[in-house]
Amino acid sequence: MAEFKMPSLGADMDEGTVIEWLVKPGDPVHRGDVVAVVDTAKSAIEVEIFEDGVIAELLVPLGSTVPVGTPLARLAPAGAAPAAPEEPAAEPSSEPAAEPAAEHVVEPAASPLVRHLAHERGIDLAAVPASGQGGTVTRADLEHATPAPATPSPAAPASAEPPVGRPFARAVPRARARAAELGIDLSALTGTGPDGAVTVADVQAAAAGQPVEKPAAGEELAAGEKPASSDKVAASDKAAAMRAAIAALMARSKKEIPHYYLQATVDLSHALGWVRERNEGRGVADRLVPAAVLLKATALAVRRVPEVNGFFVDGGFQPSEHVHLGVAVALRGGGLVAPAIHDADTLPMDDLMAALKDLVARARAGRLRGSEMSDPTITVTNLGDQGVELVHGVIYPPQVALVGFGRVGERPWAVDGMLTVRPVLTATLAADHRVTDGHRGGLFLAAIETLLQKPEEL
Amino acid sequence: MTHDDAVAAVAKVMGQVAPEAELDLVDPAADLRAELDLDSMDFLNLVEGLKEETGVDIPESAYAQVRSLDGLADYLMAHA
Repeated sequence: MAEFKMPSLGADMDEGTVIEWLVKPGDPVHRGDVVAVVDTAKSAIEVEIFEDGVIAELLVPLGSTVPVGTPLARLAPAGAAPAAPEEPAAEPSSEPAAEPAAEHVVEPAASPLVRHLAHERGIDLAAVPASGQGGTVTRADLEHATPAPATPSPAAPASAEPPVGRPFARAVPRARARAAELGIDLSALTGTGPDGAVTVADVQAAAAGQPVEKPAAGEELAAGEKPASSDKVAASDKAAAMRAAIAALMARSKKEIPHYYLQATVDLSHALGWVRERNEGRGVADRLVPAAVLLKATALAVRRVPEVNGFFVDGGFQPSEHVHLGVAVALRGGGLVAPAIHDADTLPMDDLMAALKDLVARARAGRLRGSEMSDPTITVTNLGDQGVELVHGVIYPPQVALVGFGRVGERPWAVDGMLTVRPVLTATLAADHRVTDGHRGGLFLAAIETLLQKPEEL
Repeated sequence: MTHDDAVAAVAKVMGQVAPEAELDLVDPAADLRAELDLDSMDFLNLVEGLKEETGVDIPESAYAQVRSLDGLADYLMAHA
């Protein structure tokens, strides 16, 4: 029987905590389905399964922290009866596949994440018009669906699932920590964050609406105000864990990778002009940010100089056929994550923009996917918004290159022997000398510059 | 729409875009992006959220007018 193990979600992860199970024994799963949420030092991450089958048993209860590689669930082959080792076989089932199959004939096809969300919101999946492939109910379908009247769903018996005992609400990690401190039941709250996630503000509001148990003597807790002591401790624990994870990875990078650094100043007048023109007639939801153009140019430049794209493992370079572009995202509590936009080189500009928006939002809400964390093949850091002129990056091992973009600023610029003023930025490359030399690295930066001169072709 | 309505709309959207941001502490005349450490993506999300919340679509060409909380509120009031 196959096992679903605690995945390594990046080179800096040693262990993870299961904070949400989105499946229960008997649930069919398909490759790529999100089945659990795992908290790491950096972020809560939605973890996908990479095999088809039926969940037989959940091996790790909520809240357990286990090392990478620990089996989290057992998986029966698709179509097999779910093993129920701790329960006596209630009905002697002569047809093993019939029971679970029957249950899911009634319920329309949907990924575990969608089923979980539907359950959480009290939406009857059978009543939701499905727009996905083969009549699958998608997450978007759910957004348009209204909750069913509050009759208990027969498909979700409350007591029959020991490892998934208490309902787990979606919440941003800080809200989860805050709710735990205040003794507030997250599942009782209505979230106002992305995807209905419970935010810190929601928890604070709930706290203000009910007697707060332990305000320090003489201290009044106004709505939205934080009792300084305990909140600081939880936040600083989390911040310390993230700092330690970043420190370990960056120390390894600086110790192992012989970095070399290059920089080039790039005229952005064409790229910015193109973005401006393109955004003019469009509603805000369809607008591009210049960062999307920089990312696309980088992804396409990788194709011209593939030696910057891949992993250095076991003493050798393994180039990647795909361009999974890591994007460094600064988190509000401090620290950063650098999840991947998959196949960024093949995405049309609007799709890349949508992917970037989605990725940044989920990174900050703590809802990244395992595959996004584990497989970027080259990373981009864009510090232009912070006003720095250029960034000398530190490569994320086992990757072999990191591209940095600084602030866009107006500079005197010579064109055809004439002095003019242009918006320019400094692009940098930090690359691994075990894999490339300055010559190839220079060609890569030059390719980015060239591509940015014809933004309409990106 | 009153000034208070406009500020309330901004506060509501900011609660989604950057839940940790504390709008109460912001100098209403100062650059909102600098005050709240918003990047270009956050700002786009703010503009998008305000479109949904108030129906006012702030074009890129007006971004210079909406740098501060006051500027943003004035723009929303004038175009609601």
